[in-house]
Amino acid sequence: MKIFIESVGILGPGLNGWQSSRAILAGTAPYLQAALVIPPGDLLPPAERRRTGVPVKLALAIGCEAIAQSQRNASELPAVFASSAGDGDNMHYIFDMLSKNGREVSPTRFHNSVHNAPSGYWSIATKSMAPTTSLACFDASFVAGLIEASTQTLASGNAVVLIAYDAPYPQSLHAARPISATFGVALVLTGNKTNRSLAELEISISRNSNASTPIADAGLEAIRVGTPAARSLPLLAVLASLNSEKIRTPDKIVQAKICFDYIAGNQLDVVVHPC
Amino acid sequence: MQPLQLSAFTLVSPLGAGTNATLDALRAGRSGLAHCDFLDVDLDTYIGRISGLENHPVRADLAVYDCRNNRLAQLGLEQDNFTEAVAAARQRYGRERIGVFLGTSTSGILDTELAYRQRDPETGALPESFHYEFSHSCYSVANYVQRVLDLAGPAMVVSTACSSSAKVFGSAARMIQAGLCDAAIVGGVDSLCLTTLYGFNSLGLVSSRPCRPYDANRDGISIGEAAGFVLLEKAAPNNGLGSVMLLGVGESSDAYHMSTPHPEGAGARLAIQGALHAAGLTPDDIDYINLHGTGTKSNDAAEDQAVFSVFGGNTPCSSTKGATGHLLGAAGVTEAIISALCIQHGLMPGGLNTEHIDPALKSAYLLKNKQQKVNFVLSNSFGFGGNNCSLILGSVSR
Repeated sequence: MKIFIESVGILGPGLNGWQSSRAILAGTAPYLQAALVIPPGDLLPPAERRRTGVPVKLALAIGCEAIAQSQRNASELPAVFASSAGDGDNMHYIFDMLSKNGREVSPTRFHNSVHNAPSGYWSIATKSMAPTTSLACFDASFVAGLIEASTQTLASGNAVVLIAYDAPYPQSLHAARPISATFGVALVLTGNKTNRSLAELEISISRNSNASTPIADAGLEAIRVGTPAARSLPLLAVLASLNSEKIRTPDKIVQAKICFDYIAGNQLDVVVHPC
Repeated sequence: MQPLQLSAFTLVSPLGAGTNATLDALRAGRSGLAHCDFLDVDLDTYIGRISGLENHPVRADLAVYDCRNNRLAQLGLEQDNFTEAVAAARQRYGRERIGVFLGTSTSGILDTELAYRQRDPETGALPESFHYEFSHSCYSVANYVQRVLDLAGPAMVVSTACSSSAKVFGSAARMIQAGLCDAAIVGGVDSLCLTTLYGFNSLGLVSSRPCRPYDANRDGISIGEAAGFVLLEKAAPNNGLGSVMLLGVGESSDAYHMSTPHPEGAGARLAIQGALHAAGLTPDDIDYINLHGTGTKSNDAAEDQAVFSVFGGNTPCSSTKGATGHLLGAAGVTEAIISALCIQHGLMPGGLNTEHIDPALKSAYLLKNKQQKVNFVLSNSFGFGGNNCSLILGSVSR
C-alpha cells in the first residue's frame, strides 16, 4: 500500500505537540522527561470535559493538532482510533464497585467504559457524522490502526485521521499489564499526494523477522517499548528528520525503512519517502 | 463495493448451537431468554445465557486463554463444520493470507471482575491465575481464534460497542480490496459479565421482562451472549445459486450523545444510505430489514424514523432481539447470519414478545413469520458513542 502523511499530532511526557517535539525526535535537541501536559482545548463543554478521563482528553488533543496542521475540517474526516488499553482508571473504578456490596455503577462511568468512548466524544465534539472505528491489537494496536486507516483512505479516497493512544493502568491492573507512559499520536493520511503531504509511506506486511526499529534516545526507547501507541516513535523520528541531512542530502533523497512488530509471525515494513 | 461471498458461517446464540438450531427456533417463534440466573447477579431481568460454557473449556493446548468469552468463541467454532471450511480455505490461500477481524465489547473482563473480588486485602494484588493478555485484553478473542484456526494473516478487534461485529465486515472488505489478505474470518463474541448487566441497569435500560422491541410499552433490553463467525472471500466465478453475498456496508456517527441515539435517527439514516449506495441498490430492492430494535424507548423511536425516511412504511422489518436478546458486540454478526438464513430459506421472522406495536412507529413491523422469497436484506447495528453500521446481504452476485 502507498499512502501519504499530511500532518502529525503528538503528546507524551516531555513531548508537547509536533512543532516542539520535532527537534527532539530528530535527535537534534535533547529529550527531557517531564510530566505530561494535555492542553485544555475547547472542543467539549467544560461540564462534559470534566466527565471524561485521560484517554478522551488525550485523543481529542492530538486529533485536533493533526487536523489543524493539515488545515482540514474535522467534521469531514473519518477517524480510526487505536488503543491497547482503553480507560484504565474508569475500568478500575467499575471493577472496584462491582466487587463491593450494592454494585452501584455510575451511568456515566458505564458509558465511558466502552472502548470507543474517545471516538464517541470526538464525533460529538467535532460534530462529525463521518464513520469512526475503534480497534485493539494488544502491543500492535498502533500498527493495526495504521493498516486500518490506510485501507480506509485507499478505499474511500477521503483523508482519514488515525488517533492512537494508551495510558498506564492504575493498580491492581498495572501489575498485570504494565504500560510505561501516557502517549498519543495522530496522523492525517491520504491516498493521493496533496500540496501538504510530508511523506509517502510504502506499507507492507511481511514474514521477515527483523528486529523492530528502535529510537536512538534511551528515554524515548523506554516509552516505545512499554507503550503500544508509542511504537510509532521510530516513524515519527523519520518524519521529524525529513528536512535534515540524515534523509535529504544536497544531491539525493534517502529513503528510510522502519520495521514494526506485528502479530502471528508478521512484521509491518514501512518505507518513508520524503515529499 | 466488490461483493464478497459468505462461504461458511456459524452461530451460537441463546437460540441454540449452530445455524440449524437458530433456524428451527426462528421458525417456531421460540425465544432464548430466561429470567436471570447468571452467577450471583441480583437484577430482576431476563438474559440470553449460553448453557454449558462452565463445562466447555478452551482448547487444552491454549489453556492460558481460558475465560468465558473464549470458551464461547470455541463453542462457536465447533458448529456448522466451520473449522473444516476454514481448513479448506487455508489450503487454497495459505494461512498468512486469511485475516481475522472480530468484534467484542467486553472481551474476557468477567475474569477481571471476579479477580477483583479476590484481590489481596493487604496489597490489592490480583490473583496469580489472572492473565490479562489472554482474557481481559480487548484483542484476546481474535488472538485465540487465529490460533485455533491456525491462521497467520492480519488480525484485530473492533470494539465500537453494539456495532462492533457489523463493522468488521467493512474492515475485512477493505483489507481484501487492498490486497492484504484474500479471505477473512469476520464475526464477534460477547459474553455475559457484571459490567454490562449492572451498567445498562444503571442507565435504566434493562427490562424486567423479555424485551419487547417496537411495543408501545417497551421498557428496555434483555442482555444475551453469542459467538458468530463468517468466512468471507471474493466470489468464486461459478458460485452456485443460494450463496449469500455481502453487497454493501454503510458506517456513520451520530455526533449527538454517548448513550442516547440521535432523536431523528440522522446517523442511522446515513449508515443505511451508505450501505445502499455501496451495494448499488435502491430502497425498493430491499425485501426485509433486520432492525437493531433493542426495545429501548429511544432506540426504536430513532431507528423507526431513519427506516421510515428511507423506505417509507411498506418494507417488512423486525427485530430478532426478542428471540436472542441484545448480544452487544456479537449482535452485528448474529443478525448478519440470521439475515443470511432468511435469504437462504425465504423467511422473514416476526418479532417476539411484542404485543401492541407502538402507534407512533410507522415502519412495517412484522409480528408473525412470513415465508416468501428474500433476495436482499438490510441489517442495522448501532452502538454507544453514536456508532452506526448497516450491512446489505443478497442472494446474487451483481
